[in-house]
Amino acid sequence: MELRKNYFADQRKDDLHEIGQPRPRSDSPGHVTGKTAYFADRNFPGMLHLKMVRSPHHHARIRSIDTSEAEKHPGVVKVLTAKDVPHNVYTILILIQIGPEDETVLADGKVRWKGEAVVAVLAETERAAQEAAAKVKVDYEVLPAVFDMEEALKPGAPLVNEYHGQNYYLYDSGECRKVRFGDVEAGFAGADHVLEQTYQSSPIEHAPTETTGCIVAPEGNDRFTCYTNTQAMFFTLDNASIILQMPGNKLHFVGGTVGGGFGGKVDVIVEPIAILGAKLTGRPVSFIYSREEEMQISSPRAAEKVVIKDGVMNDGRIVARKVTGYTDAGAYSRHSPYGAQKGAGHYPGPYTIPNVWIDTYCVYTNRTPSSAMRGFGVTIGDFALEVQMDKLARLIGMDPLEFRFINAYRDGDMKAHRQPTEGAALIECMQEASRAANWPVAEKYLSMSSYPKGA
Amino acid sequence: MAKVPVQFTLNGAEKAEFIDSGTTLLNALRDKIGDTSPKGGCHQGTCGACSVIIDGELRLSCLTLAETCNGAAIITTSGLSEGGVLHPLQRAFLDAFATQCGFCTPGMIMAAKVLLDHTPNPSRDEVVEALSGNICRCTGYEPIIQAVLTAARSNSQNAA
Ligand code: FES
Ligand code: FES
Repeated sequence: MELRKNYFADQRKDDLHEIGQPRPRSDSPGHVTGKTAYFADRNFPGMLHLKMVRSPHHHARIRSIDTSEAEKHPGVVKVLTAKDVPHNVYTILILIQIGPEDETVLADGKVRWKGEAVVAVLAETERAAQEAAAKVKVDYEVLPAVFDMEEALKPGAPLVNEYHGQNYYLYDSGECRKVRFGDVEAGFAGADHVLEQTYQSSPIEHAPTETTGCIVAPEGNDRFTCYTNTQAMFFTLDNASIILQMPGNKLHFVGGTVGGGFGGKVDVIVEPIAILGAKLTGRPVSFIYSREEEMQISSPRAAEKVVIKDGVMNDGRIVARKVTGYTDAGAYSRHSPYGAQKGAGHYPGPYTIPNVWIDTYCVYTNRTPSSAMRGFGVTIGDFALEVQMDKLARLIGMDPLEFRFINAYRDGDMKAHRQPTEGAALIECMQEASRAANWPVAEKYLSMSSYPKGA
Repeated sequence: MAKVPVQFTLNGAEKAEFIDSGTTLLNALRDKIGDTSPKGGCHQGTCGACSVIIDGELRLSCLTLAETCNGAAIITTSGLSEGGVLHPLQRAFLDAFATQCGFCTPGMIMAAKVLLDHTPNPSRDEVVEALSGNICRCTGYEPIIQAVLTAARSNSQNAA
């Protein structure tokens, strides 16, 4: 790879020893010899296997749960329901003061999505746990469900999650995250063209090659070691501590080696219940998603809907942008209120637009709870924005890359969130991209820079 | 559950175990014998992470019953390096940045080894075909394909 040293020559140090040098990854020797230890490569004598009884309904009231037949099944050691979990209603981001707690470890009174965990069965073998789980009888009263974000926001829609009281997340800024800058309606009125388009995405599953799971070993003295493939070690430790009402010093988490994650292993789902199982049985417990569970139960990237309205001038300047974004959280918050909020910050794009108006909603539906995945909240937004940019360029008959040069933010420009731009370097990146992609642009764009326009 | 005796060689060493009838070779290797180099990604024959070599052929250990392996010679990735010296395939995967999380790597290396054992100088298409049963979600297939081609070249140089 060639480093272009002519850019920002006065700002760079050239005595770097690591950047630009190939370095072997420290974990590769373990990977190629099969020695790297993933959580499931540990085996403890007397280990129990945990299987979940899951809701077959998208939305239902639980009238009763009968575990008696499952408890009698050969090999079954313990069956857990909501009443066994010390602090059953939780939310991951409560650790950074983002509430309310809105999700149950094991369903209590109601299920809100198809696949929700209701009863945990611990048995000597995986097979016994599976067979016993099939014997748990849950009596459901099926409720009307809502799967579409706009339907969910309509008055009279079935209420998905009582802990919120309405089918959207209530931010301190109100029913959505907002960005207001300039006067967007005046911008549209003065624009040569206005283009409004709607973009939509489906949920996306991470499908890591190693499925989500953990193995918990009791260490005596009410202490537990949890071997896990979480990508969020301290979120998991602290949430487990809250859910189990145990001080964190009783819990020892061992992780760091993850067989593929992509953001799909940041939810605190398997660890607390496995630790609880180990605590109540005194035995090691393994809780590992089957491939089917990984694909159907683990939280995907949220489905999103983005409505973008832009006002553009014939000379290429975008003069107004209005965006309404909807993030489908599914039945529970997990990381989605944060994803929707990131979208609000992101929709102006890396462009300097004088009039901006943005609303982003985090919406609850009876779908699988969504959560983090590689740049969640902004990747779908980027897709929508850049498709929109191409459409705008076509509308005014301009080259799409030259159109971006005109609007790219440069140092000193005021962003819609009222932060002056610093260290943008976007112009320089696009110049390199145009060379690398063999996409010629007019000379005046190649002589632009991200430095302040006056400088 | 009925226990059955099974005897095979694993990376050249004799193994004799009593296992529950119906145990997969993957579980027998990992839980009974303690060779955790084959990985379980799907347990249903679709990801290739559990690939091992049985009597010279590539096999999915999650779909192979341990009790059918009596008398077999089984090779896993943990048995490839000798005296701390990496096998050319392991070296090539290391050098070519062909491992990210590494979970698919042992299975990939097994599939590549069977290819090179049968076809020492494969074309790119042959490499692609040979790895088509192995899923990698992190690395991207190109570095892996390049690693196998590099190992094939170093093989043929060694032979020359
Ligand atoms: S675990 Fe055997 S093919 Fe996936
Ligand atoms: S390196 Fe992660 S699955 Fe291949």
